[in-house]
Amino acid sequence: MPKCRRTSCASATRRGSDMARMTMVEAIRDAHDVAMGRDDKVVVFGEDVGYFGGVFRCTAGLQAKYGPSRCFDAPISESGIVGAAVGMAAYGLKPCVEIQFADYMYPAYDQIVSEAARLRYRSAGEFTCPIVIRMPTGGGIFGGQTHSQSPEALFTHVAGLKTVVPSNPQDAKGLLLAAIDDPDPVIFLEPKRLYNGPFDGHHDRPVESWKTSPLSEVEEGWCPIPLGRANVVREGGDLTVLAYGTMVHVALAAVAESGTDAEVIDLRTLIPLDVDAIVASVRRTGRCLIVHEATLTSGFGAELAALVQRNCFWHLEAPVLRVAGWDTPYPHAQEWHYFPGPARIVENIRAVMEA
Amino acid sequence: MTDAAKLTFHVPEPELRPGDTPDFSHVTIPQAGSVRRPEVDEHPQEIRDLAFSIIRVLDREGRAVGPWAGTLSDAELVEGLRHMMTLRIFDNRMMTAQRQGKTSFYMQHLGEEAVACAFRKALDPGDMNFPTYRQAGLLIAGGYPMSKMMCQIYSNEADPLKGRQLPVLYSARDHGFFSVSGNLATQFIQAVGWAMASAISGDTRIAAGWIGDGSTAESDFHAALVFASTYKAPVILNIVNNQWAISTFQGIARGDAGTFAARGHGFGIPSLRVDGNDYLAVHAVAKWAAERARRNLGPTLVEYVTYRAGGHSTSDDPSAYRPKAESEAWPLGDPVLRLKAHLIATGAWSDERHTQAEAEIRAEVIAAQKEAEKIGTLHTGRHPSPREMFEDVYAEMPPHLLRQRHETGF
Repeated sequence: MPKCRRTSCASATRRGSDMARMTMVEAIRDAHDVAMGRDDKVVVFGEDVGYFGGVFRCTAGLQAKYGPSRCFDAPISESGIVGAAVGMAAYGLKPCVEIQFADYMYPAYDQIVSEAARLRYRSAGEFTCPIVIRMPTGGGIFGGQTHSQSPEALFTHVAGLKTVVPSNPQDAKGLLLAAIDDPDPVIFLEPKRLYNGPFDGHHDRPVESWKTSPLSEVEEGWCPIPLGRANVVREGGDLTVLAYGTMVHVALAAVAESGTDAEVIDLRTLIPLDVDAIVASVRRTGRCLIVHEATLTSGFGAELAALVQRNCFWHLEAPVLRVAGWDTPYPHAQEWHYFPGPARIVENIRAVMEA
Repeated sequence: MTDAAKLTFHVPEPELRPGDTPDFSHVTIPQAGSVRRPEVDEHPQEIRDLAFSIIRVLDREGRAVGPWAGTLSDAELVEGLRHMMTLRIFDNRMMTAQRQGKTSFYMQHLGEEAVACAFRKALDPGDMNFPTYRQAGLLIAGGYPMSKMMCQIYSNEADPLKGRQLPVLYSARDHGFFSVSGNLATQFIQAVGWAMASAISGDTRIAAGWIGDGSTAESDFHAALVFASTYKAPVILNIVNNQWAISTFQGIARGDAGTFAARGHGFGIPSLRVDGNDYLAVHAVAKWAAERARRNLGPTLVEYVTYRAGGHSTSDDPSAYRPKAESEAWPLGDPVLRLKAHLIATGAWSDERHTQAEAEIRAEVIAAQKEAEKIGTLHTGRHPSPREMFEDVYAEMPPHLLRQRHETGF
């Protein structure tokens, strides 16, 4: 039997507080609600975000509850959305904006990279940019090349940004609360395939719902999860698997199928990265496999591999391997050949173990 | 098969290039005082003509005429003249300092001094500008210490920005001056966001965005106009049309027809064109736009017609792309000389006082420069510690930056 452990927002001291079952969408909505309720500087906007509540429903009900000056629809202008948010933050508000799909963020990239990320630095702290830019990320929904991308490495490469990728409802809520509370810009990538249920990569099996998963237990009220702390979602001694977002679930399934006693670490936050948790685990297991959905070359896995070899070289018994999306645009019909599913991960687990 | 004639490709060209005789006879300059002054709440549709004319107050004889005159007292105008003279002398000293190797780079305002200096006086304390690199007049007219500006230019130990920014990309929150970006147009939509935030918060403060004629081609210009018109943001959107975007004439961003101000019409934003070398006209129009914003009537787009008499920066040589004497032929004249002539005409000023003021200001600027240079210039004196390089990337330094800082030995 695999040893499973789940440490999350619900720390030991919080175990007694009220819990509710939520999907990731509901957890994100709840985080908005809690944040807006406790701080009237928090404003929420984006395309279809106001009256309708977002195409994925993550902001449903917020406009009705907090009024149109706190939650409103934005024109289809991603650079406008982020640029306006930078100005609002300079004023003193805490905007939490939605980019409808991570694939649509490119027009906003200048505002993110040259403005939001560098404002504190270039003004020597005179102006700051406490904004959250949420965006649905990743594939698995037949979204084709413009609704499936995982652009996290384009953010982790930028000094001044924090990048977060939750993998379950409780983390989504806790990390989003911490992101909104953070004094710096945070890119919050929501794996859209996980919005309504966990997904282990077996696309041919019936769709799962969060409602029947223990991971859907979400603490009520204010329960931030500090950014920069990884979560060991499965303890094991054979090898360390590093994953985040959707791939946490796929990796767990693959580990079970491989019959190895792997340790699976959900990174949760890519910048700042919990290097200590990674290093401690790999030094113990001596083997490391990195899994992400984004394209392989120059992906965040390359950074992880470099960190592991730098910090764990004398403990390694095998080369660090990566399983990732192929270096192609995200295809439509060939989605399940592109997606790094359990079979590919199992194959690579064996390769790491046999090396 | 088709009989249609072959298509041809059109690239706009300025009328004149180096070696040609400057000629601005194609530029229509309306008589001072001839453009009407509508009520601030007049419907944008009813004032579309103001985007195609030029609002002017000072006539050829230096008289203030027409409905836009009278927003400033003589004393205020004398102060305004001193601000423009200060900026010009400041520029002069810093251009020389750059040539002496005391800094890497500088950008002067020659010919455009009236725009930011007069505009600043139309704002209230607490209002926020989102400037470009050529609005230091906002700081000078707002009383920001010149020595601090110079410390920024020299990147010395007293640089408020800790040596991190290119010279002249100042930041002065308490003076209503947002951190200047080196990337163009980004600040235009940020100004709108700041104004939206003020309205969301039920505040009374307004914002002003700044952009050059060339940068109106950036998508952030359009984003700003969309957001400003959609949310009726209390913002003044300023386009400084100084005719040249480095070597590219304004026709490349604007096309052969229309004006930059007229770009506001599609958004239903009241859009005005003003003589940017006329201190009184700039102030009057800025006042009008500020009142609109403050009365919750929404944004105003203003195009300041001026001329960049100097190079784009110390790295630029305008003689390579435009006639040498073009700036002297510019039909809207010199903003300093025009305001000086007006004040002499009203009896509030004289040639003697002007000469005396010039000497006083030069002494002030030199004193500020000495103070700054005592601390250091780019390659001499005291500089920010390399430790500062790692600060302010985040509010709290994350472990990876701490490690990198340790590697540097600081």
